[in-house]
Parts: sequence; structure tokens; C-alpha cells
Amino acid sequence: MRSFHLSPVAAKLIALLLGLSVPATVQALDIHIGYIQWVPEEGPVLSNIIPEPGDGGRRGAELGVADNNTTGRFLDQNYKLTSVTAGSAQEAEQALATMRDRGVELFVLNVPADTLNNMAQTTDSNALLFNAAAKEDRLRTQECSPHVLHTMASYSMLTDALSQWLNKRRWQDVFLITGPTDQDKQWAEGFRRASKRFNIDIVAEKPWTFDGDLRRTASSELPLFTQGPDYDAVVVADVRGDFGEYVPFNTWLPRPVIGTQGLTPVTWHRVVEAWGAAQLQSRFRDLADRGMNDLDYAAWIAVRSIGEAVTRDNSTSPEGVRSYLLSDAFQLDGFKGRKLSYRNWNGQLRQPIPLVQPRALVAQPPFEAFLHPRTDLDTLGYDRPESKCRISG
Amino acid sequence: MPNQWVTRAPAQETEIQVDKNRQPKEFSTMKNTFKTLVMVTLVSVASPLWAELAYVSNEKDNTLSVIDMKTREVVDTIDVGKRPRGILLSKDHSLLYICASDDDTVQIMDLATRKIIDTLPSGEDPEQFALHPNDRHLYISNEDDDIVTVVDVPTKEVLAQIAVGVEPEGMAVSPDGRWAVNTSETTSMLHWINTETFEIEKNMVVGQRPRHVEFTRDSKIAWASAEIGGTVHIIDVDKLEEIKTLNFKVRGVNQDRVQPVGIELTSDGRYAFVALGPSNHVAVVDAQTYEILDYLLVGSRVWQLDLNADESLLLSTNGVSGDVSVIDVEDLKVTKSIKVGRYPWGVVIANDS
Repeated sequence: MRSFHLSPVAAKLIALLLGLSVPATVQALDIHIGYIQWVPEEGPVLSNIIPEPGDGGRRGAELGVADNNTTGRFLDQNYKLTSVTAGSAQEAEQALATMRDRGVELFVLNVPADTLNNMAQTTDSNALLFNAAAKEDRLRTQECSPHVLHTMASYSMLTDALSQWLNKRRWQDVFLITGPTDQDKQWAEGFRRASKRFNIDIVAEKPWTFDGDLRRTASSELPLFTQGPDYDAVVVADVRGDFGEYVPFNTWLPRPVIGTQGLTPVTWHRVVEAWGAAQLQSRFRDLADRGMNDLDYAAWIAVRSIGEAVTRDNSTSPEGVRSYLLSDAFQLDGFKGRKLSYRNWNGQLRQPIPLVQPRALVAQPPFEAFLHPRTDLDTLGYDRPESKCRISG
Repeated sequence: MPNQWVTRAPAQETEIQVDKNRQPKEFSTMKNTFKTLVMVTLVSVASPLWAELAYVSNEKDNTLSVIDMKTREVVDTIDVGKRPRGILLSKDHSLLYICASDDDTVQIMDLATRKIIDTLPSGEDPEQFALHPNDRHLYISNEDDDIVTVVDVPTKEVLAQIAVGVEPEGMAVSPDGRWAVNTSETTSMLHWINTETFEIEKNMVVGQRPRHVEFTRDSKIAWASAEIGGTVHIIDVDKLEEIKTLNFKVRGVNQDRVQPVGIELTSDGRYAFVALGPSNHVAVVDAQTYEILDYLLVGSRVWQLDLNADESLLLSTNGVSGDVSVIDVEDLKVTKSIKVGRYPWGVVIANDS
């Protein structure tokens, strides 16, 4: 983390001595952000050749704080990050309590949905929590907490994006393979909903039940497994990356593979480079010595959202930041080609969804053909009438 | 704009046709002899001005396209450094400076020979730059380093490195030489740098992702575009205060796609042209009343703009469609699109001396 000049401390002392009449421009602001990570072990997977980084999310938060401080040095704002990587859900919840005792009020969380809900229940409007990891739709439709904002795209946003693209390509008959985990089922549920919205026909659907080692047998198992009626594409729901990597090139029919592997809808990926993203990517690479993933992006943009609220609204309190972020005045450049904002009913960040293959961007829904009375970004994910959440109007 | 050019537009159209067919004998077959006479007269008057060449940097091709402004065709494609973006001319139009972003250098091309004759230290990832009216001090924004580098061109000495916000992008120096302004995209600020002390005197928060600054010729007003904010901020330079914010609305285009980038001002104070990115339009603004007069349809993702010497023609680089649109300033009409390389970024028009 870069640290800048000493003057904010001095300026703050002066500001304190002079009281509140000091103009905003000389009032130093200290903004302390907590980052808590708890990623449960996902169990053994077949496709473990390229492991995911263990610090996904944390490095994004670090970059966000560095970016905020570069801006902050001109405005006497000083951002500080405290990161905890917990070994259990209890440890993560304890870390939240400890940081709150030390006066931290703004948190970026890379934790599972249940832990997030526990954390939301033990806090209230004197804390603001950013969900920068959990994709569960129930957090956006049923289990609503007024002081939780979501920067990670939900399963339904991802699958709506993919289905828009299928519709656009007129590849409307698909073969769906769903893995055994709860997350796989949620992803598939999102896709089923999206298929109805965007007129995609699931002509065949099979659960994945094999437990052999596909590195040896993919070429013999999968062609038989994907026999069935003719389809335009195979859709895989394998969130943790167990068997899905072995589906491409092993299907019965010569068809593309999309979903959690192959062509994939993501919140972010290192191949996104348009709209100035090349600069964000190279800044991240300089910091972390690896590509920026969706967890990094979700944490980065949470921290950047805080920075934007502090800069534009001069508010550092959780309530002040929250109300600015949910207001019409808020807009943020997220390197996705358009201004981003939060849905004021459930706190979800509106954003385009890159569709990527491992080495290139393929498309970035929403597409113009899909209209929405508010903004076409709301064609992705649960819309206001479909959600029970009313966290702000 | 001088009055003599008012009559030029129709004559010029005739000229295009003649050139396109490359058949000089059409002169004699033309029925409207009066028109021909007008044209011939104008050719003789204006021919020095027509000896102009436009240079376009192609970001994804590592080349420059050279366009003959008379024939409006690409006459040469020159290999340059990696990821060329910002380009600008020396005062006498003999040299072209090129930001070769991925080579971390500024290249100097001799336009007479079209050879790279030298490079300048630039800091990392130079994107845009501006030349001080003293023709010596080059202000370069280093996008990956959050600094502005000031280089004395003849001695190649780095005079200063000025810390600015995240992703410095646009650079402009006021014609009176007093101010250098840098825009930092992620910080969303204009940094006003005193060109004598190389220190920042004022930081102004503007709309999201400020991209470009353009001064009026008298240095009294500055125009700054904010790409994601969708706004253009008009600033009183004496007071360093914003006096007007422009918002744009292009019929039938989603508001999120209206993204101001390049700005060009006519020297007579009549028009401002604002390139509106993926809305694929250039806005025409009355530079006195700030009223938006028209939107001109150009190629996809329009980026940068440049006027020719007599300000009769405006060129726009269109990144996604890989072409350059030619706009007739008097008629406010797009008259041609010229295919160039991949992702054309910057454009300057030089006298071909």
C-alpha cells in the first residue's frame, strides 16, 4: 500500500481545533475499510491443473485503496485497509466484531452467503457491508439487508447475459449438464429462468453423476453422455470447476460448450481490455503479479464506490455513503463502457457482463435489442417487481 | 470563418468528383461552365492550403495512415512503435511526435522523409501529450504511473515529473503558455499545472472519466469532456471556475452510450465539435451560447478530431469501424469516410511543405 504525505494528520488536527466551520477542501478525512475473506474448502476437483489464486478479492481491495489514495492526496483523504483472511466462518464473524470495536464501519466481504447473512444480522445501519463474492439470488430477492450492497453479479445476471447472447446468435436449443453441488444447482436454476425470459429451449438436461477421473476418460465418457436430440450448444453448470473443463471437444455433436466453462459469463476477467480496462488490468498486474479476476474486481469496485461517495458527497459515515451510492447522483466508471449504479431496491450493482473464453472477450451483454423501461442493464438479473427487497424506496 | 470560403463547399464537391474519376477531361464535359470557372478560380487561390496531409495513429496496427486531404485517400501507411495513440505536430509542421504507448516512448518522425529520427524519454505508457507554445516543453501523461512528465525536446532533459490522479489521460497547454491541464480518468479531476513552477495549483473534480481538454485561442475558456459522466465542462480560466455543464442527447441512442471524448474548437469562436464515442455522433455546439446545434452521424466509437488549416474540414477518428469521417464545416455534413488501420486513435492535419 502506498502511503502519502503527512499533511492529512496535521490538517485534521487543525480541522478539529477549528471545529466544523472549516471548509470541506481543507478538512482531512480518514477512511478505514475492513476486508474479510473466508473461502471454504471446495473439496477435490478433477480439473486442478490451473489453481485459482488464494488472494482473489484481497488484492482487488488493495488496488482500490491505492487508487482512492491517489485521488485522496489532492483532497486530503486518507484511505486505510485492514485485511483478514479467516480460517472458518466463526473466525470471519469474530474479525468483523473486532474491527467494529476498533471503529471500522465500512466492510468489503468475500464470504459465503450464510456467513454474509450472519454478519448482516449482527450489524445494522452503523455499518455498511459490500458483498463482493456471494452470487446467490436469494440475497437479492428474499434475504434483503438494508445495509448490504452487492458488487458481485448474481447467478441470474450471469445466466441472463449468457441467454441474451444465445438468443442473439439464434442458438436456441441447448443441452444442459448440471453438477452435484448446491451452487451448481443455483447456477442451473438461474439458467432455467433465463431460458424462459430469452426464449431458449433446453432440449435435454442431465445431472452429472460420474466420479471417475475424466483426465483419462473424458474422451470415452462424454460423447456418450451428450447424445440426445440435436442441440446448438452444451451448457455446463459446474461452478467449482470439477468436470466442466473436460466437456469442450468431447461432445457427441460438434457444438460449442458454454456456461461455467468454455464461453463463460463473468463479473470480470483478465481478458477485458476495452473502455480503458487495459489500464486497470496493468495496474492490477503490477500490484499482484497475476491477472485480475471477478473477486478482485468486485472488491476493487466496492472500495472505489466508497471513494466516489467520499469525494462527491464528503460523507464517510456508513449511512452517508450508503444513501449517496443508492441515490440518482451516484455514477461510477467501472471500465465496462458505461456508468454503473446500484439498484436501490436490493443494492445490486448494475453492470454489463463480459462473456469470455480463456483468452478473449467474446461479447458484453446487455445487447441493445433487449429493451427495458428504466435501463437495459436491468434486463440482467431479477428486476424490481420480481424481488421482495425494498431496501431504499 | 473568412467569408471567401462560404462559396467553396459546392465547388469542392465538384472537385471531389473530378478527383475520384481521375479524368481531367471531365472539366470540359461539364455543363455548368460557371461552376467550373468558380472552381478553377478557387483552386488557384487555395491550392497551397490544399496541399495538406492528415496523419492518423492506428492503435492496434502499430502504424500511421497518411491521408491526402485533396484526394481524401490514404496515400501511405507507415510502421511506427507499439500501440501509437496521441500524436502532435511541431510548430513548423516538420516533425510529428508519436506516443508509442507499449514501447514506453515518444517517437519523433521527420515528416519529409517519414522516418523515425529520434525518441524522447517519456515515462511509462505515454498516452496523450501537449506541446507548450515555446515549441520545446512537451507535457506527457503517463497513464500507468499516475504522473505527468515534462520533457525539454531539444535537450531531451526531463524537467519535471508531476504526480497527478489515477490514469492521467488528456493533456492541454493554454495557447498563452500559462497553464498545462491534465485529466485523470479514474480520479475524475482536472489538474491545473503552472508551467513555470511545474506545480499543481488547482484540482477540479469533474464528471466521471475526463478525457480531453481544449482551450479557446485567447486562453480564456477551457472545454473538458467527461466520457462516462457524459458531460462537457466549460471552464472560465481566469477564475478557474466551471461556468457551464453540457449534456448531450442523441435521438434513438441509449444515454449511456453518449460519451464525450475529443473536442475541437474553430478559431473564430463559432463552433465547438465534440466527439461522442459509441453514440457514433459528433455534436456541433455554438461556442458562444453553448447551445447544441446538431449531431452528425460518423463511424463507430468516434474518438479524436482535428480541423485543417483553413478550418473548412474536420476529421474524426472512428475506433471501432476503423475509418476517418470527413466533415464539411460550412455545411455541417459528413461528406466521406476513409478506411484506415485498426483502431484509429489520434489525427493531425499538417501542411505538406
